[in-house]
Amino acid sequence: MKSLFKTEYAVALALGMLVAAPTAEAQTPKKGGILNFAVVAEPPTNDCHATTTFATLHPVRPHYNGLLKFAGDVNTKVEIKGDLAQSFQVSPDGLTYTFKLHPNVKFHNGTSFSSADIKATYERIINPPAGIVSARKALHADITAIDTPDATTVVFKLKAPNASMLNNFASPFNCVYSSAKLMEDPKYPEKDPMGTGPFVYSNYVRGSTWESKRFDAYFETGKPYLDGYKAIFVKANAVVPGIQGGQFDVEFRGRTPKERDQLVDAMKDQVTVLEGPWTTSLLLTFNTKKKPFDDIRVRQALSMAVDRWGGSTPLSKISMLKFVGGLTRTGSEWALPEAELTAIPGYGKDAAKAREEAKKLLAAAGVTNLKVKLVNRNIAEPYTPGGIFVVSEWKKIGVETEHLQLENKSYFDAQSTGEFDATLEFISDFVDDPSQQFVKFYSASKSPVNMSGAEDPELDALFAKQATTLDPVERRKITHAFEKRALTQSYSMMLYWWQRIVVMNKRVKGWELHASHFTGQDLSNVWLDQ
Amino acid sequence: MITFLLRRLVLLIPTLIGVAIVTFFLIRVMPGDPVVVKLRADGAAVTQETIDAERKRLGLDKPISAQFVDYMVGLSRGDLGNSLWTGQPVLKEIAIRFPVSLQVAIMATIIALLISIPLGILSAVYRDTWIDYVVRILAVSGLAIPSFWLGMLMIMALLAWKNWLPPIGYVSFFQDPIANLQVTIMPALSVGYRYAAISTRMMRSALLEVLREDYIRTARAKGLFQSLVVRRHALRNALLPVVTVVGLEFAFLIGGLVVTEQVFNLNGIGKLFVDATTRGDFNLIQGLVLLIAVIFILVNLMVDLLYGVLDPRIRVS
Repeated sequence: MKSLFKTEYAVALALGMLVAAPTAEAQTPKKGGILNFAVVAEPPTNDCHATTTFATLHPVRPHYNGLLKFAGDVNTKVEIKGDLAQSFQVSPDGLTYTFKLHPNVKFHNGTSFSSADIKATYERIINPPAGIVSARKALHADITAIDTPDATTVVFKLKAPNASMLNNFASPFNCVYSSAKLMEDPKYPEKDPMGTGPFVYSNYVRGSTWESKRFDAYFETGKPYLDGYKAIFVKANAVVPGIQGGQFDVEFRGRTPKERDQLVDAMKDQVTVLEGPWTTSLLLTFNTKKKPFDDIRVRQALSMAVDRWGGSTPLSKISMLKFVGGLTRTGSEWALPEAELTAIPGYGKDAAKAREEAKKLLAAAGVTNLKVKLVNRNIAEPYTPGGIFVVSEWKKIGVETEHLQLENKSYFDAQSTGEFDATLEFISDFVDDPSQQFVKFYSASKSPVNMSGAEDPELDALFAKQATTLDPVERRKITHAFEKRALTQSYSMMLYWWQRIVVMNKRVKGWELHASHFTGQDLSNVWLDQ
Repeated sequence: MITFLLRRLVLLIPTLIGVAIVTFFLIRVMPGDPVVVKLRADGAAVTQETIDAERKRLGLDKPISAQFVDYMVGLSRGDLGNSLWTGQPVLKEIAIRFPVSLQVAIMATIIALLISIPLGILSAVYRDTWIDYVVRILAVSGLAIPSFWLGMLMIMALLAWKNWLPPIGYVSFFQDPIANLQVTIMPALSVGYRYAAISTRMMRSALLEVLREDYIRTARAKGLFQSLVVRRHALRNALLPVVTVVGLEFAFLIGGLVVTEQVFNLNGIGKLFVDATTRGDFNLIQGLVLLIAVIFILVNLMVDLLYGVLDPRIRVS
């Protein structure tokens, strides 16, 4: 991780721009000002529990707190800390989670926060009432009881150990709602966002802006620093001119290298660039229900034809694609060591040798003049460069490709109906957690998002085992075994993990770059140097 | 006149019912599930149970026939349903965006008329002179340059010279005229130029045709000045095709500024249409198609009425 950061720093200096390291933030925060930031999509809902998109979290999350949260910069260390929880304790058997809550926390309407609000929030996530959708119900299925012995203590009881439970408690989507308001109207978060967070909702003009103001009674003394913020909903192509023209200060999801360079060229030292790895990956999945992709030799040959290591540098200059890795993020605690990764067919560094081997595998499988229908999204970045890269790599072993870039609805439809030979997919999670990142890879009959159609009981068993193994070292052994099995079988082939580049006006301070664009968005530490 | 007006307005109802039926079934023939797009587009591994719950909440689990009956019953009460994406009433979603598109369309029309009528007349009257050539070059350029590209040039020029862009967010003209014009003037100019080009060419060719008519020759033979001949005798007749073009273009502008609205970050109907289509937001698409149909019908009606004002023979017939 340290070397990753150094590389980024060197690249940044070579470009003549300022990369703000976390240590450079040791200034005294100033109070005041309105942060204007762009959001390149529109929230489908204002309810954190129902959503799956950053488009909701970026404008809405600062109105709320969670039980726990992720804190720290990705280039140093991101860790789980208490948010509304002052402290927490996990029983040795992993079946009981006890949280001691901050006292004297107020909701924006002036009512007091207590353990009853945590209970109501999690009950809403686990058993949503009629008319409410909970997108993460399955992640919390192990919770059997929520006890509130007093106003500042909440105890979760689980039916089985769950190695991901703390991550789930820190999920940015688990906004804590007011139990009293939920009793009045279970849909209140959709209509009138109101929590304990650092900012109070003030106005939302659909398709245009979301505005908020500082919550003066916020429980963290002295915070937030901003007077408020304004989220501005724009199309992606408006971000660069918008930052340059002063319409907004930043777009938090992430920009392309080209956009970064445009802004640095135009604004010189008036921008801060933060770069790091992204818990988002681009992978290619084969339709194992179709011939000849039901043959492991064909899948492995197509994976071996792709020179991931050779393509990494050129692709990282023009797109968000950058890091070669397995099923867990490169540089994360779960990542497969490079020596083990490069031993897997298709992930080695000798491209010429791999391609020769690939041709032999195709010949052994009796496949000649192979033409692959590759279904991709019609979103330019990074799907187009990713697709073109695969097409050109496959051509080197004589495989022709019909590269179809479909709009969202047709793209997902083609995947769910199996109308593809291979499809480019992406995984984007709020945390590096194998239980989330492996969901696409265990048997299709058990996973709703495994598009390969493959059934693999060995992977199912490994997945189940890692999910309940609380010892991280032991769990890592199992996840490595899972990765090696999945990557060798090549139902899906990992292409690249993305790089996250956030370019902001120099006046924005105190924001930390996380590996996920879903986390670190409560804005309580952000201030404006003006 | 009143009978004519009433008849046209009554005809609006079957037309809209037809549009509603065709739109309802056509968009459902297209492949894809809006709920999957909504929940999985950002990479989330949501379960089938969650997808089913959302489909049920939105009423998409019902048979198409039941959905159609619900929709038509709602429509008869003036209820266009709720957006599948935001859950808000379609009418509310449209009402937020409509003033933006309407204002840009009106401003672009005013700009186009202010440019095209004098230039079209000059070009026709001074046919094959340098004035005509200049006007024709301007008009052809206006047709050749896409509005969105002109808009992008305007934005780049502002950034290069002033390092400034107009604020984002629509404010009503009556609330803050300066802020309002800062947001709307550039899109109106970029669209208005193309619009003016079309109208100028129409004005020129229509006037040239009229100027060849016998009654114009008679007027000239009576010794009238050229300006009087054009103003009093030729212009009214020449305006008829221009009014048609202006009307159609105005109706198109309200829903058709798809790219221009995105270039200028305008929260208008065109952008909403693109978003609704991308997301597969059936109810919103249906509402927008109906809106555009109503606008075209009403604008055509107004054009027909204007014909009567400009040419008494049409009024009589």
